[in-house]
Amino acid sequence: MTQVLDRPVELKAPSSPAERTARRKALLEWIAVHSLGVAAALFFTLPFVFVFLTSLMSDSQALSRDLIPHTWEWANYKKVFDTPGFLTWWRNTLIYAGLGTVLTVVSSIPVAYALAKFRFRGRNLTLMLVISMMMLPPQVVVIPMYLFWAKQLDLSGTLWPMIIPLAFGDAFSIFLLRQFLLTIPNEYLDAAKVDGCGDLRTLLKVVLPMAKPGIAAVALFQFFAAWNDYFGPQIYASENPNAWTLSYALESFKGAHHTDWNLTMAATVLVMAPVILVFFFAQKAFVEGVTLTGVKG
Amino acid sequence: MATTHTLRAKHRRSALRTLAFLSPWLIGFAVFFAYPMISTVYFSFMHYDGFKPPTWSGTKNWTYVFEHYPFFWPALRNTLWLVVIMVTLRVLFGLGIGMLITKIKTGTGVFRTLFYLPYLAPPVAATMAFAFLLNPGTGPVNSILEKIGIPAPGWFNDPNWSKPALTLMFLWGVGDLMVIFMAALLDVPKEQYEAAELDGASAWQRFRFVTLPNISPIIMFAVVTGVIAAMQCYTQPLIAGKVASGVIQGAGTMFEPGYPEHSTLTLPQLVYNLGFQRFDYGSACVVALVLFALSMAFTALLMRRRGGLIQAGD
Repeated sequence: MTQVLDRPVELKAPSSPAERTARRKALLEWIAVHSLGVAAALFFTLPFVFVFLTSLMSDSQALSRDLIPHTWEWANYKKVFDTPGFLTWWRNTLIYAGLGTVLTVVSSIPVAYALAKFRFRGRNLTLMLVISMMMLPPQVVVIPMYLFWAKQLDLSGTLWPMIIPLAFGDAFSIFLLRQFLLTIPNEYLDAAKVDGCGDLRTLLKVVLPMAKPGIAAVALFQFFAAWNDYFGPQIYASENPNAWTLSYALESFKGAHHTDWNLTMAATVLVMAPVILVFFFAQKAFVEGVTLTGVKG
Repeated sequence: MATTHTLRAKHRRSALRTLAFLSPWLIGFAVFFAYPMISTVYFSFMHYDGFKPPTWSGTKNWTYVFEHYPFFWPALRNTLWLVVIMVTLRVLFGLGIGMLITKIKTGTGVFRTLFYLPYLAPPVAATMAFAFLLNPGTGPVNSILEKIGIPAPGWFNDPNWSKPALTLMFLWGVGDLMVIFMAALLDVPKEQYEAAELDGASAWQRFRFVTLPNISPIIMFAVVTGVIAAMQCYTQPLIAGKVASGVIQGAGTMFEPGYPEHSTLTLPQLVYNLGFQRFDYGSACVVALVLFALSMAFTALLMRRRGGLIQAGD
């Protein structure tokens, strides 16, 4: 690791007293900063550690004050998988998150492209509306939306009321993609135009290949928005356990097994694990997404 | 640069092209926002239980929500508590962690990953985890506190501690703020620090007169987006209250919202309580409109033309 070399500790004897105090100060600062870092790391990590340890405890030990399992009950995870409905909830989550992500990306790209690269009257207004939609709590329009899906289309108890709207662009995804597309120089688009490309061809052949990291970020955020969604399934799927998703069903482990904290925590680990695994493969996309939406563009 | 107007005159076809590219969202906006928004206003003046056809009820729903519905004012108070206390602490803590990570020289990548991961934890899973960690009976946090002789609070089971417990959980998930503060801090021009140091500025003065002015737009951004998020806070307080009170999951489960003693009740939960538990869609729409007005007010702050935090033009 190259950082180790940057450490302000050197073996060479200090030449002057002033230099020596400066070095001592730098070393003390290094120690202070890294102790604080370790303390913060404990605060951020210990919850995961305790959840994981409890997921491996026996029923009775999970109800005690012990912190470390006496016997490591890996069978708890098998019990969670054997819970009736668990695989269905897993499948539903993948359908909602997977299909929803594809639809969101496909429908948001042209909108983001127009907002980033076209000049037209009402562009700022459109962008402001998109940002307003991004900030809007879903509860604001849920009553008419529920009545529309449940009473008029009779689709409650299915995943469709959550998936179909994603085929019409998602405000956050449009905004994030637009921020990303702004960073692509216009010269590339002009060159494509000179070569005789129409708008659609320019988008497909020139812009999309360059926008891959932005698309990856949008896809990840949308996938996890669906993965994490509780309100949608609560409104549209609660009456039919066959349409529950993992995030919504997670609570039922607490209910079905009363205070079986070990199984509840095993299920919690199983809902968290995919997110964390994906993060390790796609760190850059996550961080890029957060910075692009956080810093003004 | 030609104005949009002359360009439009030049390429009449480009208007059609723009419309085609925008159409997915324009259709979505009309069907999934404009139409339901008008309906929300309409229903707020109707009596409607979902079964009998809606009937005109004038301002009855409005007076019901503001004067007789026992949860509205506690929910608004809780929301304001979260907006003021939680957002302040989250911004301060996020800034602190962001500064810490820029100072860490050894193992930076590992520290950054560890600090960031909780932000990714699914809200329901994070809340289940914290409901377990902080449960007064056998939770690890209270076990440790009692071992070292600190009186252990009741967290999600004590109305005075439930909001601090929620805040603690949101501080745990501060990774997004850490990332944007880190980016902003690294963007502060080095020369300004060097000049300040030459002038003999202390560490605090360098922070006050160099760092703060440079990152103030990001602080504002964090505050305003934090306020909007606090107003939308739904899943976490709901789950925390349900788990702490021992309610069982399932269709049509009735639960007293905001356990214990309304302390975790937020405005979005009222829409659910009124609409989907009490089948009073009209009053639910009144709360939805209050929520709409509040979020739009704060969104406007984000987008003010001059000094706005998200600039529309480029």
